[in-house]
Amino acid sequence: MEESKKITIETKKISAYYGDKKVLHDIDLQMLENSVTAFIGPSGCGKSTFLRLINRMNDYIDIFRKEGDVFINGEDIYKKKVRIEELRKQVGMVFQKPNPFPKSIYENVIYGLRIQGMNNKNMLNEIVEKTLKQAALWDEVKDDLKKSALGLSGGQQQRLCIARTLAVSPSIILMDEPASALDPISTAKIEELIYNLKKEYTIVIVTHNMHQAGRVSDKTAFFLSGELVEYDDTNTIFTSPKDERTENYITGKFG
Amino acid sequence: MTNLQKELKVLKESVLEMLKLVLKQLDKASEAFLNMDDALAEEIIHTEKRVNAMELTIDKQCENVFALFNPVASDLRFTISMLKMNSDIERIGDYADGIADYVVALNGPIDAKAVKDARLAEMFEIAYHMLDVVIVSFESDNAVLPRQVFKKDKQLNEINKASSTLIEKMVLDDTQKTREALYLFSTIKKVERIGDHIKNIAEDWIFYMDGEVLKHRKKVPKSTD
Repeated sequence: MEESKKITIETKKISAYYGDKKVLHDIDLQMLENSVTAFIGPSGCGKSTFLRLINRMNDYIDIFRKEGDVFINGEDIYKKKVRIEELRKQVGMVFQKPNPFPKSIYENVIYGLRIQGMNNKNMLNEIVEKTLKQAALWDEVKDDLKKSALGLSGGQQQRLCIARTLAVSPSIILMDEPASALDPISTAKIEELIYNLKKEYTIVIVTHNMHQAGRVSDKTAFFLSGELVEYDDTNTIFTSPKDERTENYITGKFG
Repeated sequence: MTNLQKELKVLKESVLEMLKLVLKQLDKASEAFLNMDDALAEEIIHTEKRVNAMELTIDKQCENVFALFNPVASDLRFTISMLKMNSDIERIGDYADGIADYVVALNGPIDAKAVKDARLAEMFEIAYHMLDVVIVSFESDNAVLPRQVFKKDKQLNEINKASSTLIEKMVLDDTQKTREALYLFSTIKKVERIGDHIKNIAEDWIFYMDGEVLKHRKKVPKSTD
């Protein structure tokens, strides 16, 4: 389908270890610009570890090490000269549970910008409005920007966290089960948001909800025991997967 | 077995039951028309209600599977194919019922030579064989066997095509036989349409079976055609 799209993220022979345990095996994967790529697979299959390789989140784990390379827009993100803060600006992340700071909605959105030293009030106001609109939260909070973010519902908090991620102008957004703690209505809003955001961002999402992968993603990668079993257009994966293991997993016949 | 697998098993059993019932209807329609057997025709008309009820049940079963289980991959293809096969099977039932209606309406013997010349008995036999092959394929998870019906359907089309000249001749030879000729012609058309629906069923079954995963998962016997 979108094979003409630019490759934004590419891994070459990526393997990962926690201590002696190898959790990812020689994974080659290309993720395309302005597309949503979903990672599916049973717990412990390595999909979250793989996701966290893309913004070097695993670096904080002492016993973690990797082999192989990860490129973003052709640049090796594990090269020594790469500054992790710069990488994190480029690669935003949204987690399973919304994690707003105990601050106002406004301050939550501009948190990253404040750290970067931005103080221009007009510019900050503009960014708050723009990103809250992008996160489909503006209409619900525009009159309560000074109120605590902790007073928002779970679904609103998650959209606020997405706005906070967008505020630092990333080009890639990683999402680790962003709707698994939300009710169906909030989930639908997050999914709609993901769909809209891909026009401007490259999105990679880990999800346990296979139907969510079907609803939001263009490409799906199925991981099993640290291996990339199958990677294809999402509609192919969910109608005629090529590998029997994928078929068994998505139809629930696994194990 | 997952809950979805249990639902799909029940769905398959329902479709199989309907296929077998419609095969009987077709067999009886053949016998009723060729022998102008009113009593048998009435039996077909009576049983048609059961076929219709089965169609509604299967529709509902498919709807439930889609709504409650969100099937994917082979399960999705299976449910789609059952839904599509359901309406084709019901149409075959309708045609058998329509032929029975003709028997009742004619209420008397039909020109045996014309029936023979039109090869109607042969058409019924071909259609019966086609549906039987589909049922065997369905029961044995076979994706090769149903391909036989495509060739058989062509035979039906050829006999149907040749029939218009015969019917025209029948009318020209004896205008008293116009009514008989029209019923005969309409029955030929119905059997030809039955062949088309059986072909659709075979295609739907192959659509389900021929997913690439299934190709190397199932041991598919070579075609016996």
